[in-house]
Amino acid sequence: MAQYETHEYDVLVIGAGGAGLRAAIEASSAGVSVGLVCKSLLGKAHTVMAEGGIAAALANVDERDGWKVHFADTMRGGQYLNNWRMAELHAKEAPERVRELEGWGALFDRTDDGRILQRNFGGHQFPRLAHVGDRTGLEMIRALQDHGIHQGVDVHMECTVVALTKDGDRVSGAFGYEREKGRFKMFPAKAIVLATGGIGRAYKITSNSWEYTGDGHALAYHAGAELIDMEFVQFHPTGMVWPPSVQGILVTEGVRGEGGILKNGEGRRFMFDDIPELYRLQTADNEEEGWRYTQGDREARRPPELLTRDHVARCIVREVQEGRGSPHGGVFLDIAWIREKLPNAAEHIRRKLPSMYHQFKELANIDITEEPMEVGPTTHYAMGGVRVDSDSQMTCVPGLFSAGECGAGLHGANRLGGNSLSDLLVFGKRAGEYAAQFAKENDSVLLDEDQVRSIADWALKPLENQAGGGGGNPYQVQYDLQEIMQKLVGIARSEEGISSALSEIVGLRQRSEGVAAIGNREYNSGWHTALDLYNLLTSAEAIALAALERKASIGAHSRDDYPDKEEPDTKKYNTVIRKGGDGEMLVSREEISEMRGDLQKIIEEIG
Amino acid sequence: MATAKFKVWRGDTDSSGFVDYETDVSEGMVVLDAVHQIQAEQANDLAVRWNCKAGKCGSCSAEVNGHPKLMCMTRLDDLPLDKPVTIEPMRAFPLVKDLVTDVSWNYQVKKKIKKFSPRPPDFEDGTWEMQQEDIDRVQEFRKCIECFLCQDVCHVLRDHHLHDNFVGPRHYVYTASLEMHPLDTEDRLGDLKETDGIGYCNITKCCTKVCPEHITITDNAIIPLKERVVDQFYDPLKKLFRIFKPKE
Ligand SMILES: Cc1cc2nc3c(=O)[nH]c(=O)nc-3n(C[C@H](O)[C@H](O)[C@H](O)COP(=O)(O)OP(=O)(O)OC[C@H]3O[C@@H](n4cnc5c(N)ncnc54)[C@H](O)[C@@H]3O)c2cc1C
Ligand code: SF4
Ligand code: SF4
Ligand code: FES
Repeated sequence: MAQYETHEYDVLVIGAGGAGLRAAIEASSAGVSVGLVCKSLLGKAHTVMAEGGIAAALANVDERDGWKVHFADTMRGGQYLNNWRMAELHAKEAPERVRELEGWGALFDRTDDGRILQRNFGGHQFPRLAHVGDRTGLEMIRALQDHGIHQGVDVHMECTVVALTKDGDRVSGAFGYEREKGRFKMFPAKAIVLATGGIGRAYKITSNSWEYTGDGHALAYHAGAELIDMEFVQFHPTGMVWPPSVQGILVTEGVRGEGGILKNGEGRRFMFDDIPELYRLQTADNEEEGWRYTQGDREARRPPELLTRDHVARCIVREVQEGRGSPHGGVFLDIAWIREKLPNAAEHIRRKLPSMYHQFKELANIDITEEPMEVGPTTHYAMGGVRVDSDSQMTCVPGLFSAGECGAGLHGANRLGGNSLSDLLVFGKRAGEYAAQFAKENDSVLLDEDQVRSIADWALKPLENQAGGGGGNPYQVQYDLQEIMQKLVGIARSEEGISSALSEIVGLRQRSEGVAAIGNREYNSGWHTALDLYNLLTSAEAIALAALERKASIGAHSRDDYPDKEEPDTKKYNTVIRKGGDGEMLVSREEISEMRGDLQKIIEEIG
Repeated sequence: MATAKFKVWRGDTDSSGFVDYETDVSEGMVVLDAVHQIQAEQANDLAVRWNCKAGKCGSCSAEVNGHPKLMCMTRLDDLPLDKPVTIEPMRAFPLVKDLVTDVSWNYQVKKKIKKFSPRPPDFEDGTWEMQQEDIDRVQEFRKCIECFLCQDVCHVLRDHHLHDNFVGPRHYVYTASLEMHPLDTEDRLGDLKETDGIGYCNITKCCTKVCPEHITITDNAIIPLKERVVDQFYDPLKKLFRIFKPKE
């Protein structure tokens, strides 16, 4: 029997990004014991990379803003497939969550009258994103981390959870390995919060790190929870495309918020060519008006570059496919042009977008104050994920909660920029609060040694495969999956493509079971990659299956064979993935409940 | 396709040393790409930390050709490729395996520094009025990505191993960000002098030179902190003055 250490908590939080940290802080302040586990060092989670800002209707810059407008913007952005109750809670509570960060030491950029400054972002009607230059995520994670370490939370860094255990219907704990020596750890817990982030590593071109292997999605699914709307994968319109080694690295939407424009290979500003009906009234119809909007003219409407991400990404793909791309298969994003408008443009750009300046200078030899950048879509964010109760964030498995990117509901078919960081805070707090409450109201769990043993045996298999002399390279299986998902379940999808991806996934799963990890258990990246494959394949299959189910092109999901936004005679629905009795993955549709009357009215009034 | 040679530090606490690798290089590649390629193709169990691959998370710190660097921001075409590129773990911290070191000491030290304690809010909604020029200075310190490269080069840690008496440049930057925070009311000067060992710093500025975030660690954080310590503990007049003067 494999050895393991045991660490028991009332509440175990898996993931130390914004959502996990906020949940841990909240749970611990409710007076229960809290453990926090993360795959990397503390403070290195994805949240640290967020650039543009946190959306919250503080109304510091434009007093016409308020939670109702934020709510309406979020719903419109999500094509009304969002969980409207979550969108309501999010819009109402985000301002309080942002202000709270200031009390924990965060220093956002300021307005002239000394309040938190807010910037424009795609799909937000008013300047709404609290920010710090283009390193907002760093400010946010540091504020949470530096506050959190004094809250009595027990942190297990560089420890990866590979499976959850159950006690009857209830979740009873999590099992994982620590990277350093490869030792196993068992965390029995009354309540567990999944805050593991996204699935980006299922794709070849992505802004996401090695951590994003869909662990929370897969852990929840195998424990009996449901996944919804997995087909909605956000392809951010602006990732770097050149040189090859930096392909996919994010170029913040903040560039466009500050006046950056998109041009094709012929030098034409193509975003005016196609403005969706839903946004026509809110969008500038000439370049001059668009510029005035970015400079804070309240009478002006937003430039088409700031339309929602799904739309901008599709327009870029169209330009490239029709032969009007840039030399390396993207389009041009130009902020340098603002020289024509501002006397001290170069300095202004360096101050507003310091890390973009730095990133292009160092990685691509491009001075963005002088030259345009080359950009193209990159896999960025999972709108779909673990289905939760809107208020408590609990899944259908008692004691299992989920928050942040691995949860789902708020964003519908497309997430607005800035709405993730606020999502983490609002629902991270709620998950922590309700998980603590659940822990207080329920008895201890019983740990089933057999379950633990079979997980441990499974986890050691890649190392044994090596000893057996056979087995493939885990990295190769990961690459092959990434190629398939990129090609067949990417921005443009079709039944034929998705079906063949699904059958390829079957083959990859077989290969993944035989992969071998060379070396021993100490900090062995090959072993870790081999274990990650299980989650990555589960998430990829869920994405593909849901994508096959939705026979329409809406939000981030585009089907070449079904270009219409709605299916005939079909009400708005979520796709739901759950595990069948024989272990097979099942997909179904569930109609979205009718919106509460008062919220409906807001939508009608604000549009 | 062109290839390049690398000497990568391999091994754990029992035994370790350079191992030679050769791999393809393409335009724009950074050191971390080469390490990943070696890992995927030739050394699956090679241990390396990374996350963002864009200089934002501070995970991939190492010594490249003897210089403390973020591997993800070090381009191969800026290095002489006619001889092997050496890649070693940070030397000021205990080796875990290959390029990974045990940096947990930094997290323990940080926890001991007194936390942020703001004055009561200025407004009813729980917020404060702060002007941009009042926070510019602290925002510089808050750019820190905790890569610990400054800790790696500081001779007080690297050569003299005074980890128990000296918190290192990263934590002076952190302390400065709290001490100079316009809302903070805590006093950390006593700790700086007694337990945090700021007196050991002899202003060599090596830390400032390696900071990938270009934080002017010595001039903007350490020297002003040293001055405050001197004011408080060695200048009786100023000390008296401070007692009656509200904190800046
Ligand atoms: C480059 C970039 C820029 C972005 N910019 C913005 C922006 O400006 N505004 C905005 O709102 N959003 C932005 N986003 C999106 C946003 O940053 C993320 O969606 C958000 O940070 C996710 O936070 P999280 O707390 O859910 O997860 P993360 O911050 O990713 O944290 C996940 C945590 O879970 C841990 N974990 C995962 N699996 C396991 C496991 N099996 N066992 C143990 N621990 C595990 C990880 O180690 C990590 O600690 C950006 C994203 C990227 C990539
Ligand atoms: S300036 Fe001080 S802290 Fe920085 S490296 Fe030199 S001795 Fe160390
Ligand atoms: S101060 Fe600079 S070198 Fe030191 S840890 Fe922070 S970012 Fe790294
Ligand atoms: S990988 Fe994040 S700084 Fe290098």
